Amino acid sequence: MTAVMGTPMKRKEDPKLLTGEGKFVDDIHVHGELWMGMVRSTMAHAKINAIDTAEAAGMPGVHSVFTGTQLQEMGLWAAPLPCAWPVTEDMLNPPHFPTASEVVHHVGDIVAVVLADSRYRAADAAEMVVVDYEPLPAVASIEDAIAGEKLAHAGLGTNKAFHWPLIPDPDALEAAFANATHVVKGEFVQQRLIPAAMEPRGVLAIPSPAGGDITLYTSTQVPHILKVMLAATTGISESKLRIIAPAVGGGFGAKLNVNPDESLAVTLANKLSRPVRWTETRSEAAFSTHQGRGQKQTMEIAADENGKILGVRAHIDADMGAYMMLITPGVPLLGSFLYTGVYDVPAFGFTCDGYFTNLTPTDAYRGAGRPEASYAIERVMDMLSYEVGVTPEEIRRRNYLAGGGEFENLEVASTLVFDSGNYSPNLDMALDMAKMAELRAEQQRRRDAGDKKQLGIGLCTYVEICGLAPSRALAGLNYGAGGWEAGTVRLLPTGKVEVVSGSTPHGQGHETAWSQIVADKLGIDPADITVLHSDTAISPLGMDTYGSRSLAVGGVAIAMACDKVIDKARLIAAHQLEANPDDLDFEAGRFGVKGSPDKGLLIQEIAFGAFTAHNLPDGMEPNLNEQMIFDPPNFAFPFGTHVAVVEVDEDTGETELIDYIAIDDCGNHVNPLIIEGQVHGGIVQGVAQALYEGAEYDAEGNCKNPSLMDYLVPSPTEVPNIQTGYTYTPSTSNPLGVKGVGEAGTIGSAAAVINAICDALRPHGITDMSMPATPMKVWKAINSADSTANNGGGQ
Amino acid sequence: MQVETTVNGKAMSADVEPRTLLVHYLRDELELTGTNVGCDTSSCGACTVHIDGESVKSCTMLAAQARGAEITTIEGMASADGTLHPMQAAFMECHGLQCGYCTPGMVMAASSLLKENPNPTEQEVREGLEGNLCRCTGYHNIVKSVLTAAGGA
Amino acid sequence: MIPASFDYVEAENADAAIAALTEHGDEAKLMAGGHSLIPLMKFRLTTPQVVVDIGRINDLSYINDGGDHIAIGALTRHMAVETSDVLKAQAPILAHVASHVGDPSVRHRGTLGGSLAHGDPASDLPAAILALNATLVAKGPNGQREISASDFFTGFLETALASDEMLTEIRVPKVPDAGWSYQKFNRRAQDWAIVGVAAVSNGSTNVAMVNMGHTPLRSAAVEAALAGGASAADAAAVAAEGLTPPEDLNGDAEYRSHLARVLVGRALGEAMS
Repeated sequence: MTAVMGTPMKRKEDPKLLTGEGKFVDDIHVHGELWMGMVRSTMAHAKINAIDTAEAAGMPGVHSVFTGTQLQEMGLWAAPLPCAWPVTEDMLNPPHFPTASEVVHHVGDIVAVVLADSRYRAADAAEMVVVDYEPLPAVASIEDAIAGEKLAHAGLGTNKAFHWPLIPDPDALEAAFANATHVVKGEFVQQRLIPAAMEPRGVLAIPSPAGGDITLYTSTQVPHILKVMLAATTGISESKLRIIAPAVGGGFGAKLNVNPDESLAVTLANKLSRPVRWTETRSEAAFSTHQGRGQKQTMEIAADENGKILGVRAHIDADMGAYMMLITPGVPLLGSFLYTGVYDVPAFGFTCDGYFTNLTPTDAYRGAGRPEASYAIERVMDMLSYEVGVTPEEIRRRNYLAGGGEFENLEVASTLVFDSGNYSPNLDMALDMAKMAELRAEQQRRRDAGDKKQLGIGLCTYVEICGLAPSRALAGLNYGAGGWEAGTVRLLPTGKVEVVSGSTPHGQGHETAWSQIVADKLGIDPADITVLHSDTAISPLGMDTYGSRSLAVGGVAIAMACDKVIDKARLIAAHQLEANPDDLDFEAGRFGVKGSPDKGLLIQEIAFGAFTAHNLPDGMEPNLNEQMIFDPPNFAFPFGTHVAVVEVDEDTGETELIDYIAIDDCGNHVNPLIIEGQVHGGIVQGVAQALYEGAEYDAEGNCKNPSLMDYLVPSPTEVPNIQTGYTYTPSTSNPLGVKGVGEAGTIGSAAAVINAICDALRPHGITDMSMPATPMKVWKAINSADSTANNGGGQ
Repeated sequence: MQVETTVNGKAMSADVEPRTLLVHYLRDELELTGTNVGCDTSSCGACTVHIDGESVKSCTMLAAQARGAEITTIEGMASADGTLHPMQAAFMECHGLQCGYCTPGMVMAASSLLKENPNPTEQEVREGLEGNLCRCTGYHNIVKSVLTAAGGA
Repeated sequence: MIPASFDYVEAENADAAIAALTEHGDEAKLMAGGHSLIPLMKFRLTTPQVVVDIGRINDLSYINDGGDHIAIGALTRHMAVETSDVLKAQAPILAHVASHVGDPSVRHRGTLGGSLAHGDPASDLPAAILALNATLVAKGPNGQREISASDFFTGFLETALASDEMLTEIRVPKVPDAGWSYQKFNRRAQDWAIVGVAAVSNGSTNVAMVNMGHTPLRSAAVEAALAGGASAADAAAVAAEGLTPPEDLNGDAEYRSHLARVLVGRALGEAMS
């Protein structure tokens, strides 16, 4: 059999999804189910004076209506919803229960739950619940939170939840800035983003008719983590909970939480002995699913006269929203170590202050902390290049780690050790593919001609931290779980293979990629391999999917489980062939005796023999059924160079992205087709942040654009085809040499696009542009820069 | 009210409230759950089906409006023997789907587009799918899929 | 997002629809393709007691040569307007503007009459109807009357139609040789115009704008400037005069006013060349 690893195998997942046979949560129905209708707060911060549920309760088809207070009194919860990442010892974390009882803390906080016999009747009844609120001052922005005149949680006495510093050598940092020729400072806003996975979240909790077990179908990335957390917070034994993530329509971080609805469905199903379900509406999602980003960054870079970096200092104010969700406070920290980018930075300092606001909670969204870090360093690198008077590519080259050469296990200023990297060839490839010289000539031509459509070229060389693991490193960050991943490989008596994955897919193609890994290892046709996942009863051990970790941890675990299978099969083969194990070659699924080409056994034959156990070495356990729990020695650090080419219409301020070149390095490839798809999608999410998206709030804390009519997820007409290319620098953190790629596109693209816009606008003296760079914002910047210039400039 | 339709070639009927949206008639009454709901505002196109051969957003239509209509949903695209429709096959070939949630709507919108314009340019494909949102693919491979289907169909 | 309950009445012809409107008064809403009404109903921004479905009145879906004009049945779908050879030849701006409404799936269901009767200040089709100086035909219990396009849009989501009247036909003058342009500025192709400008130049020049006020409107200032002999550039400079544009995340009044000037300049450049 020829190798299947590294080939663009078509996806096994596709036929079901293409024919409507893929089952998402809302597609699954059971007899007797009750629909939850959530009554959500319409105020960002208010005291609940009274709730009148009488009319709703009397409506046809309504089973019951519970207020938050009633639910609290029913004793449904053993503990508040969890925050698994208390980043400091003294972090503030006000209790967050699935429903609010006395005070609501953001628009969308659930104040009452209706249970009815249909989707429609639940919606009707929820409308009829009348809530009397007494408004309290709302902290409607991070600026409000920092000012501190209003408190998001009155009882805390402050809005600041924590202060987290990472300053390895404060004296060196101070000296770096004191001795610098150039100091460049950028202040950036990472606007709140609505993740908007195309499938809204949904839950269906089904109590077992006997035994008190509960099965929860939920649109989640993290069934295993959810199971532990629901057990801890509901008081229902872990052994009685089964979590199933059926087909999941995208996650992007937004589905890695422990949500009020999940807890409500489980506890109400348990209490009422009825199946309980809910499906989020899109317009509700801005309030019922966490948002991403929400940071203000201050970024400073110190350099010598040649632009060689002496130090980097970053501070961020991070908007937690109203509550700490599962990893809310940890998100900014995931980026903290990468504010030095791919550069040789002698001195580094990072601080983060987390603040509560009366807005939808924030948490992970594609890239989670790293897009923010990449944006900050790559924006100031461009600013530094202008300051020093060299091209953006030259300033980067001068500062690349290891002098731009290949390296392994290199310690960087933020105290991490990068597993591998080789940045110059990657940059060269991007500049070639983009035809940088031609682009610059065209840009100059347009500038000289006073063209109304100016060209801008933006560069970003990103690095990211993925494969979350190792567990000990996560312990150092006070993260409340490990970073290992489990994989099981079973050879069945029929010669087919069952693979059990701990990491859980929601579009990434685990079934295909894992089949390729196993096919290559065992020499078995991928069609004979079935990958099981996303059901805690079938796959009891797992740490799930986020942080671009599935392949670099979970896929590797499966490869290593295959090695265990091969090791055991070798002993069986040696026993049955009466050969020394060391005299056996394993190739293309067959153990052959060296020098005796006719003597051999297929691994399928060995599997059957291991199943019958008629003739095994003394003391050997029957069956080929091996599990590996892999905890890598280090993270993996993918990197790449992205080039965005934009046209800015100076008359309207409109930016058109006309070309995009991405050269990524994610180590060795398992399936290039899937990698390509991850890169494309990731890039467009970053482009969306740069140009289109941002949750906007009014002064009272109301989201102004919760629907997809107003929240501008780009459509096919707003983005170009994407040119991709790859360099291959294997990871040293795992035996496959692989790195994650799910978030890389997003981590590289926002900075590339904004750098391009700033490049286009340089003749106007414009040096920065906040995101999203809407036409209005860009036009106003041009207009104001030009009128300042016309008025004599810096008077 | 009784709503009788022909769905994927079969006569169907269900007693629904007048306010029932076509997408809920298909999903909740006829149990054809391949057609998805992705938004409330006719923005995303996940619910796209064909009514009398033309793409329509089934979340913005009452079941009552579809009485007597010939409806095709994603379940009706492949042949009875399981052979994928050329558009479905092209999506598989070109990795035009990831999570698969927008996919039924994309396939329905794209196949309607090719009926009206059998040989579209890349730009025409993008414009033809302007009412369908995808969060996974960045559209690159969706556009490639449609162009492949146009060339090979 | 599910509409509140209502009674459903199917009208087999215009008279039946008008009778239903007469019977139920303000509690009833006409529904043609439903692409303006159903979204509002899903958000319960409107909760009619009675929905009168006129979408099946097939004899109001046509595009006919009416001598000096083209007569379009009110229930003609956007896609039919967009692809009509008659309109492409005789009033090409209308076919072109129809192709900018929503997306193809929306255009398969939405109707010209439904869109106009909805009276949305941001929708595309009123721009063409105004710039073409079309005539709208309304039918009520006492027969039919003609309404000039410039008198049709009376307020935010309000038109000159009485509560018991129904729009039955749109008559657009034949202007096969006129210069024309539609300039739509938006973020995503499927979205409403942030500002849209239509110009039809046929001897004199008509200029209409959408999303520059609480109704779609004819640009009196630009037209007067042009009539007074101003250059296209000078006329464009007064595009925002006297207007109170809406403000939202896409544009404040200052930016919309600026866009109006830019887009009128572009539209005149194209229509008058």
